[in-house]
Amino acid sequence: MNYAVIGRILSWVLRTEGLLMLLPCIIAVAYGEKQGFVYLVLGLVAIAAGWALSLKHIKNPAIYQREGFVSVGLSWVVLSLYGAIPFVLTGEIPSYLNALFEIVSGFTTTGSSILAEVETMSHTSLFWRSFSHWIGGMGVLVFILMMIPSSSGGTQINLMKAESPGPDVSKFVPRVKNTAIVLYRIYLGMTLLMIAILAFSGMNWFHNLCITFGTAGTGGFGVLNDSCASYTPFQQWVITFFMIAFGVNFSFYYLFLTFHFRAAFQFEEIRAYLLIILVAGLSIAWQIHPRFLTMEEALRAAFFQVGSIMTTTGFSTVDFDLWPSFSKTVLVALMVVGACAGSTGGGVKVSRVVLVIKSIQEELRQLLHPHGVQCIRLDGKIVDKKILVSLYVYLTSYFLIFALSILVISLDNFSFTTNFTAVAATLNNIGPGLDAVGPSRNFAAYSPLSKLVLIFDMLAGRLELLPMLILFYPRTWQAKG
Amino acid sequence: MQIIVVGCGKVGRSIATQLIKENNNVTVIDTKAELVHNISTNYDVMGIVGNGSSFNVLSQADLKHTDMLIAVTESDEVNLLTCVIAKLNNEKCHTIARVRSPHYSEERNFLQKGLNLSMTINPELEAAKEMTRLLNFPTAIDIFSFAKDRIDMLRFRVPTRSMLIGISLKQVAQLTTNNLLVCIIERNNEIIVPNGDTVINSGDVLTIMAMPSDVEEFFRKIGVKTNKAENVMIVGGGATSYYLAKLLKSRGINVTIIEKEMKRCEELVSELPGVTVDCGDGTDRELLDEEHLENMDGFVACTGIDEVNAILSLYVMNRVKKKVVTKLNHVDFGELIDSLKLDSVINPKEITAQKIVQYVRAAGNSMESNVETLYRLLNGRVEAMEFYIDKESLVTGQKLVDMKIKEGIIIAGIVRNGKLIIPGGQDEFMVGDSVIVITTHLGFHDIYNILK
Repeated sequence: MNYAVIGRILSWVLRTEGLLMLLPCIIAVAYGEKQGFVYLVLGLVAIAAGWALSLKHIKNPAIYQREGFVSVGLSWVVLSLYGAIPFVLTGEIPSYLNALFEIVSGFTTTGSSILAEVETMSHTSLFWRSFSHWIGGMGVLVFILMMIPSSSGGTQINLMKAESPGPDVSKFVPRVKNTAIVLYRIYLGMTLLMIAILAFSGMNWFHNLCITFGTAGTGGFGVLNDSCASYTPFQQWVITFFMIAFGVNFSFYYLFLTFHFRAAFQFEEIRAYLLIILVAGLSIAWQIHPRFLTMEEALRAAFFQVGSIMTTTGFSTVDFDLWPSFSKTVLVALMVVGACAGSTGGGVKVSRVVLVIKSIQEELRQLLHPHGVQCIRLDGKIVDKKILVSLYVYLTSYFLIFALSILVISLDNFSFTTNFTAVAATLNNIGPGLDAVGPSRNFAAYSPLSKLVLIFDMLAGRLELLPMLILFYPRTWQAKG
Repeated sequence: MQIIVVGCGKVGRSIATQLIKENNNVTVIDTKAELVHNISTNYDVMGIVGNGSSFNVLSQADLKHTDMLIAVTESDEVNLLTCVIAKLNNEKCHTIARVRSPHYSEERNFLQKGLNLSMTINPELEAAKEMTRLLNFPTAIDIFSFAKDRIDMLRFRVPTRSMLIGISLKQVAQLTTNNLLVCIIERNNEIIVPNGDTVINSGDVLTIMAMPSDVEEFFRKIGVKTNKAENVMIVGGGATSYYLAKLLKSRGINVTIIEKEMKRCEELVSELPGVTVDCGDGTDRELLDEEHLENMDGFVACTGIDEVNAILSLYVMNRVKKKVVTKLNHVDFGELIDSLKLDSVINPKEITAQKIVQYVRAAGNSMESNVETLYRLLNGRVEAMEFYIDKESLVTGQKLVDMKIKEGIIIAGIVRNGKLIIPGGQDEFMVGDSVIVITTHLGFHDIYNILK
């Protein structure tokens, strides 16, 4: 293991985090809050520490796959450990474990909270909480890839491979660095568009920024106790639209912006994604409409919740825990499916679900034609057998972690629904679950052990399991490997 | 620059990796998914699986915005077709094709013009040319020529009983009175940039720069014989051997080729009148003796297997009088090969990559100066480059002492009106000069790069 290279990447992470911590200071100045000093000092300390760490000369700057995965895993751990400190120092979340839970939930774009009263937090900390969604949505290392010099001979690809969601890395342009720049441009452009539209709708600036960050990163931290319930219908529709838009594979936007319209609209994944949203939204609306005054209201509530859960954002406009069983079950199913690969959303990813269904089809056909030779195609291209195998392994480990997590947190003696949806909501980076962790409640009641498990689930879910699992694999740390 | 490399074989791979190091945006295309996967997971390139000569595949690689296409698949026809299709769809795209078959190679000027190619490259022919140069001047380990062959830079090992040993470079200059520069001394794997007081040791490898006539005189003065090889034996009958035999024969040198396969032997005999072709195993001692290895003064190990070439060369080294040339395709373990103390090593892959990198750098720079020649020396640790200065610019019109030149750079020569000037502090660059620079900073593409 090349620890020097990992140290260098961690130093970049610290510097970046320090830099980003300076942004809440602007809010602090605007609202005249003294919490800003905490962020200012911590930001400067991180920049200085990162700078000091980066002074060491590195013999071999190449990032091999092993270093790539380990440093991505560690980066997120370091990012979270440091990012939690401000909450503790400002005294707003006194327990470090709770603060860590909150910030991990932020960076992994989960949106699960341990706070009962969000509105008592300072604007500065609320901003930092929401801003962590925006940072985590596209990925910290993807951000860093834009900045680091390409001295490592092009091996940074291994960083991107470890951090980007989906079965395989897809680059838009030959170089990782430029791909990262393209991704962030699209991300930033869409974020600004949303801010503009919400501003047009007359939303207060602070709410506007925080809600936009939560939507863009598909995070889900709100700034009001009732999440998004008190926003106007127009604003709710705008949020619904953008949640769904940020859950779309970013390749779509790239192709769209480079005028490859036909290719853009031929993504099977995106078609399946939109179809699932449509069907789920309509069926829920059909079931819940007697509870609302108008059909528009029912549709709005249904699509807001479906979009929010499917893209793993986790905002809510109503307490869907009170909905009939069928609607709740649909939502839980959507939790597992998740958004598109290559988006800011979490979950298993639609493309994996599509591939699994196609694999089942293939297996059935093989039963009918024992000598048949077949292949699986996605978007007209043959999917490599290796990708399929790693997909099956991914799914198996996903459900294994799922089951084990439920087992551990069941020690706290909550109902099965609570435990099941708590794990589903964290492992898929959604936010609220059902029952005791429903949209109107929070995760504070869990024991420290359960919180640690859920923190692990959030990180593992965001990084697609492997970069987290590798940290716990003893051989990783053996010198000879 | 946006560059597409079609073909991910040995050469394609080494070109792609080199181009990435020099900060180009590279897309590779090959029909074999494995090869593409292998390179795109290890390096920062975009990989596309498909036939590079298909317009559809090229569009996927964003041909429209591509500055250069390099086609190095196994097949000459595919390479040519790929270049033609690329050129048809993007006028501004430079196209480079590898063309290795002798038939096309002979017609390459016609092909280049007719198909509108920027460059064709034939690695085997280039290797053969380099080998011929070495056999012509056996004292040198490597010969690099600049300014259209008017200036030579050559590496040679100081003989064990030479008058050069123990004297300083200042004294060497007084002794020989030639217009000549000792650029680099290699001693025990270290690179020394010498000054006037540096003393030459036994076993040193010197790199000198001079005009060819001065070189010969220099060696005569220091008592080293430089007669060319007269009888050359080549083991292995591949394409390189074919070109080499042809080149040597045209200079009146006797050539014997040993090739294993009867069919190939027959082909060689019919193509190469006047060349002796033996069918047999080149690693067979008796066969070598039978062909009177003792009488040979040049030997080229040119089979397709590196290990055989290396061992064969080590075996014949003491028996062949003047020159042993070894063809090696893999030089990843450069230090190890150095320690074998082989006479001269030729690496066709490296020559090809070098030529293409030279072209890419020349195409990527501004108009004031131009990369004319590029050589990578000492396992890629040092580059020797020739720039042509065709306009007034930052570097013209001031004395060298006044310029702020980076550390680790030697201005080795200025070529003016066909004459070599060994530059001193009072010299300056003028429009129309070719400037030869030796540097440990890799990746220069413009003469400006020498400035701090």
